[in-house]
Amino acid sequence: MSAAATTFAQEAPPRSGPRAFLARLKHGDEIAHLITLIVAAGILLLTSLLVYELWVNSHLSRAQFGWMFFWTKVWDPNFDNFGAAPFIYGTLVTSAIALLIAVPLGLASAIFLSELAPRTISDGISFLIDLLAAVPSVIYGLLGIFIVVPLMRTLIGPKLIHTFGGVPYVGSLFRGPNFGVGFLTAGIVLAIMVVPFIISVSREVLLTVPREQREAALALGATRWESTWKVVVPWARTGIMGSVFLALARALGETMAVTMVIGNAARINPSLLAPGDTIASTIANQFTEATGDLYLSALIELGLVLFLITFILNGLARILIVATERGGGRPA
Amino acid sequence: MRKNILVVWLLVALLGAIGLQAADTINLNAAGATFPYPIYSKWFDVYHQQHSNIQINYQSIGSGGGIRQLLAGTVDFGASDAFLSDDQLKDAKFKILHFPTVLGAVVPTYNIPGVSSDLNFTQRALAGIYLGAITKWNDPELTKANPGVKLPGDDIVVVHRSDGSGTSYIWTDFLAKVSPEWKGKVGNAATSVNWPVGIGGKGNEGVSGLVKQTPNSVGYIELIYAVQNNIPYGKVQNAAGKFIKADLSGVTAAAASKAKEIPDDFRVSITNAPGATAYPIASFTWLLIPAQIQDGAKRDAIKDFLKWMLNDGQKYNEGLTYAQLPKEVIAKETKAISLIQ
Amino acid sequence: MSGARLIWRKGLNYVMLSLTGVAAFGVVSVLFLILGYLIWNGGTSLSWNFLTQLPKPVGETGGGMANAIVGSLKLLFLAAVMGLPVGLLTGVYLAEFGGSTFPFIIRYTADLLYGVPSIVIGIFAYSLAVLPVKHFSALAGGVALGIMVIPITVRSTEEFLRAVPGSLREGAMALGASKWKTIATVVLPAASGGILTGMLLALARVAGETAPLLFTAFSNRFWSQGWGQPIASLPVMIYTYAIAPYDDWHRQAWAAGLVLLGLVLLSNLGARLILARPKVG
Repeated sequence: MSAAATTFAQEAPPRSGPRAFLARLKHGDEIAHLITLIVAAGILLLTSLLVYELWVNSHLSRAQFGWMFFWTKVWDPNFDNFGAAPFIYGTLVTSAIALLIAVPLGLASAIFLSELAPRTISDGISFLIDLLAAVPSVIYGLLGIFIVVPLMRTLIGPKLIHTFGGVPYVGSLFRGPNFGVGFLTAGIVLAIMVVPFIISVSREVLLTVPREQREAALALGATRWESTWKVVVPWARTGIMGSVFLALARALGETMAVTMVIGNAARINPSLLAPGDTIASTIANQFTEATGDLYLSALIELGLVLFLITFILNGLARILIVATERGGGRPA
Repeated sequence: MRKNILVVWLLVALLGAIGLQAADTINLNAAGATFPYPIYSKWFDVYHQQHSNIQINYQSIGSGGGIRQLLAGTVDFGASDAFLSDDQLKDAKFKILHFPTVLGAVVPTYNIPGVSSDLNFTQRALAGIYLGAITKWNDPELTKANPGVKLPGDDIVVVHRSDGSGTSYIWTDFLAKVSPEWKGKVGNAATSVNWPVGIGGKGNEGVSGLVKQTPNSVGYIELIYAVQNNIPYGKVQNAAGKFIKADLSGVTAAAASKAKEIPDDFRVSITNAPGATAYPIASFTWLLIPAQIQDGAKRDAIKDFLKWMLNDGQKYNEGLTYAQLPKEVIAKETKAISLIQ
Repeated sequence: MSGARLIWRKGLNYVMLSLTGVAAFGVVSVLFLILGYLIWNGGTSLSWNFLTQLPKPVGETGGGMANAIVGSLKLLFLAAVMGLPVGLLTGVYLAEFGGSTFPFIIRYTADLLYGVPSIVIGIFAYSLAVLPVKHFSALAGGVALGIMVIPITVRSTEEFLRAVPGSLREGAMALGASKWKTIATVVLPAASGGILTGMLLALARVAGETAPLLFTAFSNRFWSQGWGQPIASLPVMIYTYAIAPYDDWHRQAWAAGLVLLGLVLLSNLGARLILARPKVG
């Protein structure tokens, strides 16, 4: 018996290679699992690569300045001395102003939409507000330059200086030449941008508060407002806080609208009417022209700082929102 | 299901086809100074109309940007009003040639409600304003030089560049030459400095926009931006003590003193030039071109453009209030074109 | 309870509730006034020139943004091609396969990516897609936008896949289909409405992004050839023109803002309408 005859007699097993691969693919749950797993892992790889690039490319600056980078108030490309303090200040101040304006207004609006307005009106308005949340940042910048800045310069700024300029302590917030651009303007534009987020998330959270809670409060003799403020809102407190954190995270990373109205001055100034800069606006302005490796490295380190800040805040926000969804908030 | 897939693939093919347009176009990418942007955009547009297969895409992101992107190799050539220093040339990984294109002037513009006449600015006035030492329009340094003009007691809103700028370089070069205090506090001429006061605008465009919209402001921009936007600009005191308003003759006079002995690499500063009629804040602006260009088509296109620029291009200068290059410089440059290989 | 206290409480009730109404009214009217201003200014500036011409040299009127409109579309196409499949497949993985720890990490990472400021993504895309090849390109811009599209798509895909009732899956499996086949032929089509809207919304979101394009796609005064050249886009042009002093450029910026806004809002409206359709099964 020859070897050839033996082989012909047997049934030919599937050849390895393309045909076998295709055969498995047809029944290939494992393949599908593998493909989607690899793609999902790709996201992990991508994000790790992002952090890695930020870390590595900021090496020069980190080595040169160390922790002092956070406190140095000077940003001097001419003498190669870079400090992030003015931009951290600018980022915090503009975001704080944005929240101070947007949270009360947003929460009040959300309360109105969830508690008082008839359902159809509430749905309609919140649909429109959701659309507004989709408006791109550069358009808010455009509106900022041509509406808010002249308004600040001609109306709001002088009024603020006039009213508060002389008051001790508070007065230093409203001092100095009135440019129209500055921290306050940027804060106002940011507030307009984040208010839709606060309204839509808060409204949804408020709507999930069980009716029994409201009715129990009313049954005990509370007025509508008392039931809302003392029972419903606290119940939704963690979710609302989550929306505030989300809005904050958005405001911190906001680039274009801020760049166009903040005045671009790398200085710390107690006056809200003074020009400044945020981390994001500095990177946007100077990245393509940073002559010198240390300069570029310092800008990338700024990017790393911004990344870390938003990372922490987003984490907190997620925890808060999940806590509300799971536990239904704290009992009244 | 099959039909949907077919439609999708057709769309993909169509869009892919859009992507692969005329492949024989020579695309040159350049970036840099905003100072000469009005004339550059005119030149590149006219040149493209005459040579429809060559597109020179110039982005005015500031001289700092031009230098940066050239050194990083992401553009084919750069443009800057600040010539590269010896250190920068040494650090660059390849040899870079400077080619002057036009002569321009940096003017102090202002927006003072009620004041429409030309203001006289002494050297000390400009340095003082930008150092933050002079804060009000009716400061003696300004009123002394402008008798008969009613200057308000309002705060001066100082506008400077927020980006790395050759115009800033020219301005700070002038200030460093005329004010020891400026030189000590802020430093020598540079494209990016730590400004003691003021707000920043991006590009000549941004500064013009801010000055135009902000009352009681002062800024420094290239002459054409003031002219095109109808913003008043003042006279500056030159080295001979005369107040000169920027114009073609003043700029040409400033260049004349250095034109004959211009160094072979064309790097020269003409601020605070001697001469009674010289405008003190004038400057050349340069195209920064790598000495070695691998791509033959690009190299020929650049060389051809340079030749065109030195002959036909110069005709457009004066229409946009830039002065033409002195004849000696043109002659020297034409020879230097052959250095590009 | 004393009468005075009751009156106080009732008064407070009235005042505070009215204030919430005022706040809501105020916020909504400010937002709409702003949009109205944009639509008015944009509408009056929109012209045939704007839609069909290339930019003109500085100081000359009559230029347009035809290349920027096409540029934005090209960039969105690239973002879609690069980002949507990744988002889709990851969403499928999270909803259909996987245990507990690895999917948790993936989900967390996607959320993290979502929260990264767009300017930081721009820096990343610059070092990834511009530096190695030494030029700005539409492709690099597409990479930046594609990265931004991924987390949004992941989230919405997973959400809509999970919403498909288990009975559908079980039915298919009872008929002998493998898991893979169930997903491909039953689950995905059932969730397709939601998934497609998620993709549409993701693209609408990145259509307006400016910061990451500043140092990836750069910009172009001419038509951008192929995918390897710098390319103009609506958001970058709006930014460039808005901060300039030329009135003609301001008008063009408004028109561009209107076009961009129209694009974004129409996509959002379209997405919501698709979602509002009665679901299958």
